[in-house]
Amino acid sequence: MTTLTAKDKDAVRTFWAKVSGKEEDIGTDAVARMLAVYPQTKTYFSHWKDLSPSSPSARKHGITVMKGVADAVSKIDDLKGGLLALSELHAFTLRVDPANFKIISHCLLVVLSIKFPNDFTPEVHVALDKFLAALALALAEKYR
Amino acid sequence: MVEWTDFERATIVDIFSKMQYEVVGPAALARCLIVYPWTQRYFGNFGNLYNAAAISGNPMVAKHGTTILHGLDRAVKNMDDIKSTYAELSVLHSEKLHVDPDNFKLLSDCLTIVVAAQLGNDFTGEVQAAFQKFLAVVVSSLGRQYH
Repeated sequence: MTTLTAKDKDAVRTFWAKVSGKEEDIGTDAVARMLAVYPQTKTYFSHWKDLSPSSPSARKHGITVMKGVADAVSKIDDLKGGLLALSELHAFTLRVDPANFKIISHCLLVVLSIKFPNDFTPEVHVALDKFLAALALALAEKYR
Repeated sequence: MVEWTDFERATIVDIFSKMQYEVVGPAALARCLIVYPWTQRYFGNFGNLYNAAAISGNPMVAKHGTTILHGLDRAVKNMDDIKSTYAELSVLHSEKLHVDPDNFKLLSDCLTIVVAAQLGNDFTGEVQAAFQKFLAVVVSSLGRQYH
């Protein structure tokens, strides 16, 4: 995949500053959408009592995922190094098929588009899409 | 045949009845050309596509975006047989335009994002699921006649 240019990183950091304070809402909405729009993703959560998009487990998971994304923004200059532990978790314990990273990324972008209709310009969109793709790659680093 | 729930049918009809085709179409196509620049390969004769501003302001992009959305109309009006509704268009995209069908998914993702921005909180998870299911059927039908 492509490397993030300085312009990409700037766009991501600038936009992320606007996200500040809304992370929980965004994360829970993204995971809820993922479960509703891509029901196959529910297969990873068979251990939850309640698999509905608005369940407490889903909400909690949305917050967890979003914390990870926010962490990645702070480590944008070295995603592979900075996300080593998370990659090992996803590779050896969670074993989430990397195709699903694209799914949650798309859901996240939909939520951002809804919450920031004027700020989520095509230029910001492409920078974020690249960033999320790079993040997914870093997470899959230790898979094999 | 694709099974549509009443909710899905009503949702799709509702979204398209309220849509401003000449706003959403151009925005979706421009976004696709900007976010996935390799898609520009199909628009060599569209003139200036050098940067995001040029793409967003390009009148040929705008016209084509509107055309694409009006094409979706046909599926909205024939939800029970989108496959045969698009048989000819599928042949066109394959034989004449030589468009890699993967691109249909890219455009539909951009359309989803633009519609989401338009509808705001009305674009709930359930509405998104119905919309994306509709687009998935469209995408599949458009790729059907490729060989």
